Amino acid sequence: MLHIVNKSPLERSTLDSCLAAAQPGAAVLLIEDGVYGATRGNAAEAKLRAALANLEIYVLAPDLEARGMAQQLAEGVKPIDYAGFVELVVQHKNCQSWL
Amino acid sequence: MNEGAVKKIMYVNRKAPYGTIYALESLEVVLIAAAFDQDVSLVFMDDGVYQLKKGHQTKGIEVKNFQPTYRALDDYDINKLYVEKEALQARGLSAEDMCVPVEVKSAAEIGKLMEEQDVLLSF
Repeated sequence: MLHIVNKSPLERSTLDSCLAAAQPGAAVLLIEDGVYGATRGNAAEAKLRAALANLEIYVLAPDLEARGMAQQLAEGVKPIDYAGFVELVVQHKNCQSWL
Repeated sequence: MNEGAVKKIMYVNRKAPYGTIYALESLEVVLIAAAFDQDVSLVFMDDGVYQLKKGHQTKGIEVKNFQPTYRALDDYDINKLYVEKEALQARGLSAEDMCVPVEVKSAAEIGKLMEEQDVLLSF
């Protein structure tokens, strides 16, 4: 399945909630302020790195670029565009948005 | 306070840009209030430090990039910009990542400045 997180990990706990629930092999997409969770040096980076061991993690590149964080993207996280977002939704059976 | 007396006004910005409307709204109020010649300071704490992260490119999300406006603040004699040290550290950022000259201060130092204010406006 596909999990979507749209809040900053230092503002809300939705990334934690998502990573705690997500099952191995699931996909996680970070959008809007959620993209900060996929940036180097962020306090959430270690958690994200650990999660990469058994989750596919994606980040919506336009949201990363809007925030000036494209150069800080954490290793192992895959940037996608809006077409890629649609593709992810189509590929997965269902989807949970951690609002 | 006497009419015409200058008040100390601090704008406290604690939200990331674009995800919510707070950052832009704060900037709008700052610019409007700049006409009143008050003793203004801007504080960026928590995710608010992201507002000043260099290099916003908003074309892809089709939202107005308001970052250039921060560079215009100096023209309005608004040049007291304080950024929380702990917030930068927790986000892997430093003063060099900021799009305008800022003074980096600890949360406690910012707390002291808050006590000196007549008015605090929170965004």
